[in-house]
Parts: sequence; structure tokens; C-alpha cells
Amino acid sequence: MTFEQILFYAFAAILVFAAGMVITVRNAVHAALFMVLAFFTSAALWLLLEAEFLAITLVLVYVGAVMVLFLFVVMMLDLNTAPMREGFARYLPVGIVVALLVIAVMAMAVGQRHFGLEQMPVPVPHGADYSNTRELGLLLYTTYVYPFEIAAVILLVAIVAAIALTLRQRGGTKTQNIAEQVAVRRDDRVRLVQMDAEQRK
Amino acid sequence: MIEMLQTLIMWDAWPAGLQTLVVIMLKIVAILAPLMVAVAYYTYFERKVIGYMHVRIGPNRVGPRGWLQPIADAVKLMFKEIVIPSGADKKVFLIAPVLAMAPALAMWAVIPFNDTLVLADINASLLYVLAIGSMGVYGIILAGWASNSKYAFLGAMRSAAQMVSYEIAMGFALVVVLMAAGSLNLGDIVRAQQGDYGLFNWYWLPLLPMMVVYFISGVAETNRAPFDLAEGESEIVAGFHVDYSGTTFAVFFLAEYANMIIVGMLSALLFMGGWLSPFQGWTDSWLGQPSLFWLLAKASIFLFLFLWFRATFPRYRYDQLMRLGWKVFIPLTIVWLVLVGVAVMAGLEPWFGKA
Repeated sequence: MTFEQILFYAFAAILVFAAGMVITVRNAVHAALFMVLAFFTSAALWLLLEAEFLAITLVLVYVGAVMVLFLFVVMMLDLNTAPMREGFARYLPVGIVVALLVIAVMAMAVGQRHFGLEQMPVPVPHGADYSNTRELGLLLYTTYVYPFEIAAVILLVAIVAAIALTLRQRGGTKTQNIAEQVAVRRDDRVRLVQMDAEQRK
Repeated sequence: MIEMLQTLIMWDAWPAGLQTLVVIMLKIVAILAPLMVAVAYYTYFERKVIGYMHVRIGPNRVGPRGWLQPIADAVKLMFKEIVIPSGADKKVFLIAPVLAMAPALAMWAVIPFNDTLVLADINASLLYVLAIGSMGVYGIILAGWASNSKYAFLGAMRSAAQMVSYEIAMGFALVVVLMAAGSLNLGDIVRAQQGDYGLFNWYWLPLLPMMVVYFISGVAETNRAPFDLAEGESEIVAGFHVDYSGTTFAVFFLAEYANMIIVGMLSALLFMGGWLSPFQGWTDSWLGQPSLFWLLAKASIFLFLFLWFRATFPRYRYDQLMRLGWKVFIPLTIVWLVLVGVAVMAGLEPWFGKA
């Protein structure tokens, strides 16, 4: 077994363990932390596949931003897990059917027929000067420029819509205008007066 | 000397994998040991600088002129009891300081010290720094949550919102730098700033607003005054680390200072030409040669700024902090992104001609 294979199996084992813990631990914060671990180890697996840009972006976006906000929300919730586990036996058959269906779909989509060893030969390892970032950038801004830009515009629309839906201005509230506060100069607040000295009585 | 040591331990007989491992470990020690000393003496320097700014002397009792003060502090913290609050989530409580410290140390892997001296010369090192840096927030929010204390939790919430907000402005500032340099590699970014005009070749001149945005965001990311709302002594006692004592507190403290040194180093590398000499092309003596000295000198200036800010500015109010991040820095960085894009396409000399 080569060193790379040892690394792969080590990370894969951690990933599977973390993913299992996400759905089995009781505490929601612990589950979120195991999810962070799962993201991090999958980033390590991507690094082994020479996809360093995607791996680092996964850590940056999911571990660094999405999961932080996720934890933020989970920590504020006071979750009582007892009522959630009440109907476990009742829903178990439905759950098993759904799980089997998902497994079947996945086996059909990513199974031997499309992603077998014949269709996906081992890629030739690139040299040390090969930049995955540059290759991705070239593809995104030439061949896939329209889908890329359209995706960006859709995301922008989503951001604007989210803000437009939640931003309400209510009349009669008192708010501070920070720009005005910051722009205050000494002359606006202090008046220096010149006056003659007076005789003490 | 090294050859003698090699024969003594029969180096050649070791397996190749072990040799690589030992060499990498030694390199890590060579980076981290000076870093720890730097952190210790940076705390001493901070107390001295702020002391003189307050017209007092600062620590002067332990050792000559107080030079042994940081060591006394460390020993004191190490021998104090680690108190774990009764309602705390014990595992997370103990993992939190580790999660604060690990990213602060892991970032040093890609920091170049001169043209060739770097532990891991990866081609996306700027992205790596950004990604690992964004993980530092976990230590703080988990510490706040696991302490099972309202003050700690409030500090953690403030810190999380603040770090996520300022990361965007910081990321944009870094995007402008990588556009200017045409590379994500920190070494290449420094080399792109090389030229015959000495310090006027560096990116602080064309990217001046970005340097300001980056450094202020760096101050906000490290939770330093005037952005230290996560600690806010007057409102929430000490924020996220209010329940930590002894070594666990010391680790948070170390992580904060290690992060500050990282921000100082990165500011020097990205905007002030890293190890390049400010007098390059002006003189032939060692002053005109690039060296580690210049990198450390530039980083020290930024580190001094951290202390100067702390002694000068009152703490920001929370809404002011958010306004600065979202309404001032982010629009500014986007405008500068477009401007630099035009300048790079036009090949504006002497900064962007080469790319």
C-alpha cells in the first residue's frame, strides 16, 4: 500500500465516522461539529485528487462561513429531542423505504456502468507546476462563461430578494444616523468665546 | 557540524519516508519556536508601549527592565488550576482553545520568509491562508457556548457575527491583490512587487485603500481593540474566555497574538513587498538587498500599529462596527476591484506591466 493510499483510507474512515456521528449524536451542536469534521476530511480527500482549489474553497466556504452561521443558529435553539424521537418506530418502515430508494438511485447514477474503472481510468498525475486554480479559471471564463455568469446573477437576485423581503421600514422609530455621528467635528459641538478678563469683586 | 551529527545518528541508514518526516518536523520547530518567543515578547512589548503612551513605565520588576515578565506570566498561568464550570460541556470546553490555536499555527506553513525559505510552497497559498484563517472563529464560538455562561455566549455571538462580516471585506481586498499579482502564491505576489523604484514598486501605492481595508479587517478578525467587542470588559466581563483559567486561557491568549503576528506578516508580504528592500536599485550595499530583515522590520511596524490602535481608539459600538464592515469596506473594495481590473488590463506601469 502506498503512502497516498494509507492517507486516503485514513481520511475516508474519519469521514465516514464523522458523517455517521452527525446523524446519531443527540446534541445538535456536537452534530454540527462532526459535520465540520466531515467537510474538513472531504477537503483532504479532494486534495489527494489534485483538486486543491476546490478543496481549499470547500474549507473556506463551508467550514469557514456556512457552518459558522449554522452553529450560530443551532446554539440559539433550545432543542428538546424527546418529542422528535417519539414516532421513531412508526416512521421506521417509511424511512427504510426512502433510504433503499436513495441507495438504488445512487447505485444507478454513479455505479459501475457510468463510473466504472473502464470509463474512468486512473488520471495521469500532473507535475508540481500544474495549477489546478488556473485550469479551473480558464474553463469557467471561456467554455462555461455563460452558465457561470448566469449562476452568479441568480445568486445576486436571491441576495437582493432576501434583503427586500425582510427589510421593513416602520414609521416612528428612532434610529441613529451613524454617518452623521461619525462626521461630527469639534466646531459642531464646541463654541469658543473670546471675552475680556473681569475684575474680581 | 551537521555532517558530524548525520554520521553520529547514521542518517543515511534511515528509511526515506522517515527522513522526510524528520526534516519537516525540524522545519516546523524552526518556525514555531521563534514564533512562541515572539508571542511572549510581543505581550511584553505591548505592555511597555501602552505604558509609555499612558506616561507610565509598564512592567519593570521581573528581571532587568522587566525582560523576564512574559516568562513569569507563562509560568504563573501554567501552574494555575484549570477550572471547568459545572454546567459546561466538558469536551467542547477543552477542545475550544485547541481549535483557536491550531489555525493560528497552521497558517505559518505557507508563509515565505525569503525567496526560497518556505515550509510548503503551494500554488494557492493565499487561498489557504484565507481558508485556515476563517476557521479561527470556531475556537471562540465554541468556547462561548461550552462555558454555559450568558456573558461568554454573548461574547461568542458578537465575535462570530463580526468575524463573518469582516472576512468578506478581507477576502475582497485579497482578491484585488491576487489580481494585481496574477498569482495566488505568496512568494509570487512578493516577486511581482520587485522593481527598480524600490518601495514605490510595492502594492501599497496602487492598492492603498485595500491595504487599509485589509489591515483594519485584520484587527477586527483578531478581536483586537478597538474591535474587541467579543471581550468588552465594561459590558460582558471578558467575553468568550470569561470561564477559562490557567493553561486553557493561556492558549487563547497565545492564539490571539499568533494571529496578530500573522496579520502583520501578511500585510508586509502582500502590500509592503515582503522581504524586498525599500532601497532596491538605489544602493548596492546590504540595505539595497532583499533579506529576512526587511520582512521582519515591516511586520514589526504593522504589529506596532496594533498596539498604537489599542492605546488610542475607544471601543466601537456594535452598529458602528457592522456599518464600517458592510457599508464602507465592502463597497470600497468592489470599486477598487473594478479600478484595478482596468489598470491590470491597461498594463499600468510600473506595477501591472509585467503580468
